Amino acid sequence: MAKAKEEKRFDESMGELETLVARLEAGELPLEDALAAFETGIALVRILNQRLTDAEARIEVLTRDAEGTLRLEAMPGDAGKKE
Amino acid sequence: MQLPMALSALANILTVSQLAQRVRAALDETLDEVWVVGEISNFRVPPSGHFYFSLKDARSQLAAVMFRSANQVLPFRPADGMEVIVRGRVGLYEVRGNLQLYVEAMEPRGLGSLQLALEQLKQQLAADGLFAEARKRPLPFMPRAVGIVTALNGAAIHDLLVVLCARFPAVRVVVRPVRVQGKEAPPDIVDALSDLQHLQSVDVIIVGRGGGSVEDLWAFNDERVARAIAASRVPVVSAVGHEIDITIADLVADRRAPTPTAAATMVVPNHRDLTAWLARTAEALHAGAARQLRRHREQVTAQARHLRDPRRVLKALQQRLDEISERAQRAVTAQVRWARQHWRGNAERLQALSPLAVLQRGYSITRRVDDGSVIRDATTLVAGDPLRVTFARGTARVRVEDPSAN
Repeated sequence: MAKAKEEKRFDESMGELETLVARLEAGELPLEDALAAFETGIALVRILNQRLTDAEARIEVLTRDAEGTLRLEAMPGDAGKKE
Repeated sequence: MQLPMALSALANILTVSQLAQRVRAALDETLDEVWVVGEISNFRVPPSGHFYFSLKDARSQLAAVMFRSANQVLPFRPADGMEVIVRGRVGLYEVRGNLQLYVEAMEPRGLGSLQLALEQLKQQLAADGLFAEARKRPLPFMPRAVGIVTALNGAAIHDLLVVLCARFPAVRVVVRPVRVQGKEAPPDIVDALSDLQHLQSVDVIIVGRGGGSVEDLWAFNDERVARAIAASRVPVVSAVGHEIDITIADLVADRRAPTPTAAATMVVPNHRDLTAWLARTAEALHAGAARQLRRHREQVTAQARHLRDPRRVLKALQQRLDEISERAQRAVTAQVRWARQHWRGNAERLQALSPLAVLQRGYSITRRVDDGSVIRDATTLVAGDPLRVTFARGTARVRVEDPSAN
């Protein structure tokens, strides 16, 4: 199911976070900038962590019925589940 | 000059048509079915759809025709220069009077028809740009849903689901089952691709075959399937052919996977790796921020040492005050001590000179009663003067009896 809001792409957020860390590790930042970078970074960490701990696998089968309508249903059996 | 009457009277004189008929009959008898190998030249197809061409070798050539009813089952397209083996019959086209080879069946020499057809399709699609590297799209890093076009009971589906779920436990998969073999397979695959694209959350599609024989591959060489993959709204990964039997679907797809496992690895990231990366990066974030704060604190402290910080000035003043008061204190104490010593001496002396001390030694103070003046000189006295005498203890009123100067 697509989320209602347009989500920022995971890899884009990863890139942003790495940039923030690089700035904090390398240069001489003014104090406000360092704190802002840290705050933004923490927020990103929370969002990414949420995405990684979200949800379980959903496996569905898409078929056309006799009238030609598309139907989506859960996959029967344990196909694909780990032993 | 006239022919001798006898010769022409004996001969059986035919009309041209009769001769033609005889030729035809003779041909039908002996060359009713022949197999011929030769090179095509002068190939043309008028609107009727019949093939007209010449079949030739180094020394001879024959006109040939392959009628539409026979040629429409040909999977490949003949062309000038192509070497072919044909099966047909030789006939006389009476209207023009020329021999014709009526071709019933045709095969390319050296290559199977299907192979040739495949090669021709590849060239066509390549010319149309469907295989171009530039049009291949990158796969999404973390797809919202993975679409799969495959046989529901094939080997591919199992491997795909196992690897997808192991690699990314929260994966969402939509399987659209298809036939992968037979005539109905290509249209079914085309429909499946379209159906999956109706779901907005499908960000990538894997097309996989059931595994098994080369016949399973044939549907994925179909032109309709190729064009449907090229027209897909989302990137398509083809897990159809292996290294030695690449199909057209493999060539058109955005990525080609040698196995279903490889395809699953391409479309979802590894959850464990991401979790580890996040933990490391969060730590680096904290460490980096701490480093920046430390640096700032050190800077502030260093600057403070150089500045006349009001608090420090105050402290300095207080310190001076302390010093001064200490010295003052010491000075006063010394003075007091000196004073005490000095006064003690004086005090004792004073004590000795004090009137009370004198009285206690036995002396007394004598005073006139009337004016209280102290008597020091006896000659001022007259007998009968009233006097008061003060002793160390108490007083007495007395009268002079006999004053004398000694």
